[in-house]
Amino acid sequence: MLKPGRLFSLLAVGLLALWVGQPLWAAEPIKIGVAGPFSGSDASFGEQLWRGAEQAAADLNAAGGVLGRTIQLVKGDDACEPKQAAAVASRLVDLEKTVAVIGHFCSSSTIPASEIYADAGVLMITPGSTNPTVTERKLPTIFRMCGRDDQQGVVGADFVVKRLNARRVAVLHDKTTYGQGLADAMKGRLHSLGQTEVMYEGLTRGEKDFNALVTKLKGAQADAVYFGGYHSEAGPLVRQMREQGMTAPLISGDGIFSEVLVVSAGGPSFVNGVYMTFGADPRHLPAGREVVKTFRANGYEPEGYTLYSYATLQAVAAALQATQSLEGDKLAQWLHGHSVETVMGSKSWDAKGDLQVSDYVMYQWDDKGKYKEVD
Amino acid sequence: MDIYIIGQQWVNGLVLGSTYGLIAVGYTMVYGIMGMINFAHGEIYMISAYLTAIFLALFSLLGIHSVPVVLLGVLLLTVLFTALYGWSVERIAYRPLRQSTRLAPLISAIGISLILQNYIRISQGARNQGVPPLLDGVFRLPADSLDHRFVQITYMQSLIVVTAFISMALLTWIIQHTALGRACRATQQDRVMANLLGVNTDRIISVVFVLGAAMAAVAGLLVTLNYGSFDFYVGFLMGIKAFTAAVLGGIGSLPGAMLGGIVLGLAESFFAGFVNSDYKDVFAFSILILFLIFRPSGFLGVPEVEKV
Repeated sequence: MLKPGRLFSLLAVGLLALWVGQPLWAAEPIKIGVAGPFSGSDASFGEQLWRGAEQAAADLNAAGGVLGRTIQLVKGDDACEPKQAAAVASRLVDLEKTVAVIGHFCSSSTIPASEIYADAGVLMITPGSTNPTVTERKLPTIFRMCGRDDQQGVVGADFVVKRLNARRVAVLHDKTTYGQGLADAMKGRLHSLGQTEVMYEGLTRGEKDFNALVTKLKGAQADAVYFGGYHSEAGPLVRQMREQGMTAPLISGDGIFSEVLVVSAGGPSFVNGVYMTFGADPRHLPAGREVVKTFRANGYEPEGYTLYSYATLQAVAAALQATQSLEGDKLAQWLHGHSVETVMGSKSWDAKGDLQVSDYVMYQWDDKGKYKEVD
Repeated sequence: MDIYIIGQQWVNGLVLGSTYGLIAVGYTMVYGIMGMINFAHGEIYMISAYLTAIFLALFSLLGIHSVPVVLLGVLLLTVLFTALYGWSVERIAYRPLRQSTRLAPLISAIGISLILQNYIRISQGARNQGVPPLLDGVFRLPADSLDHRFVQITYMQSLIVVTAFISMALLTWIIQHTALGRACRATQQDRVMANLLGVNTDRIISVVFVLGAAMAAVAGLLVTLNYGSFDFYVGFLMGIKAFTAAVLGGIGSLPGAMLGGIVLGLAESFFAGFVNSDYKDVFAFSILILFLIFRPSGFLGVPEVEKV
């Protein structure tokens, strides 16, 4: 015979089971991963990715979601560490069961992570990894929303040789997949323009003292310095160049495209005149006018890769809607054959997963810590 | 080879080496007295960089802009608060484990290091932080040179070298000529005996942590002002380099730490400047390995005699 107390607890357990089971009947949200450096020295780029995706998800959900379900973002912090990136990728695939992943950011993280997504048949679109290897391996579900370093390096080299008329170019990099890849692309173009660099060397990520290297640049009488790397090293590098009386311009790529460069250099006076390549600023495109307004109304300036990340989620949503499927292979197949209207205009991809059109242009920093396009 | 370039690399190495030396002092002092490495020391240095930025902001908020006043004030406050962190690390990670196995405090120090790093990451953000330049100006030799034919040292860099040597001299004086220093040396020689003869060794160990942290704070302030930016991860690489310097100089020896720092700084500068900066760290750590094999007691260390 059951005692009343025990009967009550049985009832309670039964009710609890019902309550837990409840969400199974409602439409579950579609999980999409956002992976990138949310900690570490590249965290400002991670914030750009997250802000863009977050706003895109909010806008999509406000418009009724995708396939009648809402979109739920899952954060994956790789700190730009390749090992951590692989662990994050496994977690997003196996544990979170994400349908697609926006990310990663550093090429050295994206490349190992993409193998895991490709094996699991999960769609991955990186908003910002520019190293050619990301798509050169022809993994079917891997795409990117940005250009490639072999395009970016060419624009950089052409600018250095044809616009700056530099004859003694030094090429530096930070020994990462991205930095060295970009420096190599730039160097290759330099050679095909009939020039050889006066110096080609790497520095160590995480260090602040590059004085010995700067003195060496002076000794080599470099009249332009190209740097493949991120802002946390570019800042101290350009500061020490100026402190040692070097006036040669510094030219870099999308890795320094963040206002945190000014902080890394310790003041706007040091970054004055620095050049960098990046895609044509998406904030000026008519397609994104409304979205940029929303960002600014929320007190956030959508710089760098923010709108790239927004557009990436739009592409994922478009593929989901068109195929009515959650399978990575089908989504990828659809993206290879169709163009998507995004906040950055119409985008379409080739067989490798690269954008059909990429549009690198040169920007220059001024003495107030702002940058604008060089015309 | 250009004489100006060689001269400039001497300056670069000396400045870099002075900062290594200041941090190495903390490693060497703790090792001397406890016979173990304080793995949280790099994090103490990192925290002093944040404190520097906080106090600089405080001073400019209060409307104090005179450079010497700001420098001295920030230095004093940073040293004070960093020393507090050093003292707490000893109280939390070392003192409760005084009687346990030799490896236990080592592990708890690594734990403290992780806690401090992530505490700063969460409370201050993972982004790079920066401070505006405080001291502008440069000494050049020859002063009227055109082009690139000169050797220079900025005011900030000269301040680093001068301060490093002054604080080293001060510390050496404390250890060699004061009652406190005598107690430190006694504790280093034989902790049990010193205790029996009335030296409060627990307090002395605290003092050593405080002194080490104070030197790291001096380095943190100078480095932050010189390079202008830092993040929560700067303590890691700097800690490893300073530890290398302490071993090179002979761990346990105060002048050795400074000497080791300067040798390491010069070696790095000359290798990066005249050979290849890609392999600068490989070169620095190769020196460390060679020393560990052929002269484990470093430049000025005394070979350890097995206690019976």
